[in-house]
Amino acid sequence: MKYPGRMLGEVLAHLGAKPNTIKYPYEPAVVQAGLRGKIKFFAEKCIGCKICEKDCPSDAITVNKLGDKRFECIFDLDKCIYCAQCVDSCPKKALTVTNEFELAQLDRHKLRFIFHAPDAPPAPAAQPEPPAAKTA
Amino acid sequence: MALFNIIVFPGILFLVIAGLWFEFVDRRMYARMQHRQGPPWFQPLADFIKLLAKETIIPEDANRFLFTAMPVMALTATISAFFYIPLWSPRALFSFPGDAVVVMYLLTIPTLTFFLAGWYSTSLYSMIGAVRSLTQLFAYEIPLFMAVLAPAMLANTWSLAGIAAYYTAHPLMALLNVPAFCVAMVTLLGKLEKVPFDIPEAETEIVAGAFTEYSGRHLALFRLAVDIEVVVAGSLIVAMFLPFGLALPWYLGIIVYLLKITLVVALIAILRTIMARLRIEQMVNFCWKILAPVALAQLLLNLVVKGFLKP
Amino acid sequence: MSKITIPIGPQHPALKEPASFKITLNGEEIYSMDMRLGYNHRGIEKACEERSFIQGLYLIERICGICSHSHSTAYIQALEELAGLQVPKRGLYIRTLIAELERIHSHLLWLGVAAHEVGFDTLLMYTWRDRELVMDHLAEIGGNRVNYAVNTMGGVRRDLTPDEIAHILKDVDTLEERTKYYAQVATEETTLVARLSKIGYLSQTDAEFLGAVGPTARACGVDRDVRRDDPYAAYGDVQFKVCVDHHGDVYGRVLVRVGELMESYSIIRQLMKNMPDGPIAVKSPRRIAAGEVYSRYEAPRGEDCHYVKSNGTDKPERVKIRAPTLANWRAVRKMIEGNYLADAPIIIAAIDPCFSCTDRAIELVRPAGAETLTWGALRQHGIDWHRKQGLDFAELNKKLNTQLGRVK
Repeated sequence: MKYPGRMLGEVLAHLGAKPNTIKYPYEPAVVQAGLRGKIKFFAEKCIGCKICEKDCPSDAITVNKLGDKRFECIFDLDKCIYCAQCVDSCPKKALTVTNEFELAQLDRHKLRFIFHAPDAPPAPAAQPEPPAAKTA
Repeated sequence: MALFNIIVFPGILFLVIAGLWFEFVDRRMYARMQHRQGPPWFQPLADFIKLLAKETIIPEDANRFLFTAMPVMALTATISAFFYIPLWSPRALFSFPGDAVVVMYLLTIPTLTFFLAGWYSTSLYSMIGAVRSLTQLFAYEIPLFMAVLAPAMLANTWSLAGIAAYYTAHPLMALLNVPAFCVAMVTLLGKLEKVPFDIPEAETEIVAGAFTEYSGRHLALFRLAVDIEVVVAGSLIVAMFLPFGLALPWYLGIIVYLLKITLVVALIAILRTIMARLRIEQMVNFCWKILAPVALAQLLLNLVVKGFLKP
Repeated sequence: MSKITIPIGPQHPALKEPASFKITLNGEEIYSMDMRLGYNHRGIEKACEERSFIQGLYLIERICGICSHSHSTAYIQALEELAGLQVPKRGLYIRTLIAELERIHSHLLWLGVAAHEVGFDTLLMYTWRDRELVMDHLAEIGGNRVNYAVNTMGGVRRDLTPDEIAHILKDVDTLEERTKYYAQVATEETTLVARLSKIGYLSQTDAEFLGAVGPTARACGVDRDVRRDDPYAAYGDVQFKVCVDHHGDVYGRVLVRVGELMESYSIIRQLMKNMPDGPIAVKSPRRIAAGEVYSRYEAPRGEDCHYVKSNGTDKPERVKIRAPTLANWRAVRKMIEGNYLADAPIIIAAIDPCFSCTDRAIELVRPAGAETLTWGALRQHGIDWHRKQGLDFAELNKKLNTQLGRVK
């Protein structure tokens, strides 16, 4: 049946209810476990193949060789589009994705993130990593 | 004492505070009914102060005098209408026979200022908004007049104070005016330009209608005028249709009065939540084909009742 | 009253993206409309040619914020066809699942936007609230609310856990109930029906003639849906009905979209029930054999077409994208004539336009006297033009540098 005010019951029922929205900066946001946020780099696993650099759609990641089996990773958050293709591309799983997403900065230089190489030569890996199942 | 009444209570200062407060009540209820948080209580005041601090831009082609005068005109007209309305006692601050009609005319002035403001802004959106304001005025004004004057006819006086006195003496007679109350509530939405009758300032079509070119303190004054218009028009409806508790001591009377205004504001908030905006021609059709006959029927009913009571 | 021309856009509260509509009014009635598109041209097709296939995928996904999966799937289907990759069944099912979730969130979004255009913000708030359920699932499965990035060459990137499946099924039930309620509101709320019905009418003949696609065409009685006519992904394995309506107005478009929402729920249930086990992706090559492919996909807004040409390297030679909105623009012009100005926003919104997705550089039939300029010539033309107007940017730059104390 057509009549005006079809949503009257619904809106009145919600009048006293707790709002569905949250006051975000004052209350913590609900974050999905699978969210693709900031990338994490494990220097000791890196072999310096630079596939991540090659596959990155926005040139946000740079891997530098510092010495024998010592690699540092420079990661530009302002260029990153958070697609996590580098994580999929890495054959040694030296990159993982975290669900950290509150990354805004007032100073642009703070958006450049450097994962330093380990100081000492890396210890031999405890277990050999299985090769990546997905696309390289 | 009269000066205190005009400037502080129940005059200008009270009206400004009440206007801002009821804007908050309206916005908060609107948000809660939409399952949102809504603004904090000081938001309308914060908006007002922020607008005062903003740059004021007057379009080059606009009529400078009218452009700046209109917000003040709107504000003065609404505020002066308030002094003739009895609030929590059967007496108003000022009163003379026939003030009900004067209040109605004073409440028409803001709409006219919207029209003039929009027209002299010389912007396309403003002009269309202005023309729509006026078209809408012709549609809702007659049913609103008929609805508001129906109780007056029953009370056999054109004075608001007299009407209040009559219904305080005969409270049950107020029940007769329920259809007129419904008509008045709906037309009030048109007067205040709220959904479903916010056609003159339909955001998705003509930006902000007559107010499109307004900014800074002129916009702040206009918004304040609209807020105050809600309180004044609400008080008028309350005085006409809900004349209860007027004989109470003044402190209780004020509380009852504020509750009644809250009821009117809540009704406005609910009505604007549950409906879509109509088109201008649908609005005119609705006002003339449904509201006007109902208001006429109410007048007829009141005439008949009056005829029975007379002898 | 004489005719006046009122601009809607490029910046206007009714438009979520820039586009310019010049509406000529006869009183409140629309006499004609002229539109100018291209304010958001981003050069995506050209940019694709300079990126490898896998890099291009993320760029393609960013064509549209609402149907990101549609574009990425249309593109990836073309690549898989070229490379001769056989995507595992489970991969296809997950791809289809995301496609349907995307359709749900897109249609719920549209319902809210349509309500907002006619000043019914309450329905907007409620539909968008419920849409969050879908967005949360997309963020959980893909990793992002908007650019899910689920596709990769040869399959999908993330698998579903049984927990997620159960959770999605539960939310689909909730959403189905809510959608039924919204369908009731949209068909029974007098003020809403008054604003939606009998406006923006398009006949079936006109819809076919003007090449309308998607719900816009289906609401005019054009029985056309790529999912059924040319099944891709897992659509061959599921049973569903193509929603067709014969109203031809905005109201009909609401009915079609609500009907499609209900079909989407049913498709998701079927997919979940028959979800096969196995791998989700196969290994893909970096270089793709030379060839060209034209790929079709039924996006929430209509048929989305991607053309990809490969020359045997790791970069495409040409990518051409036809977003569904482009096909519907001509229909809008027809629909809007003779309606009231108040109806213009809802008629434009009724095709669910995506301005930025549509904006491509197209060379139209060349008018007489037109010439093609190179980038350098265009730049020189700009400099000369401004100099003629009395603006010399070289001078201004020198002045600025002096003021800032940066004189060489």
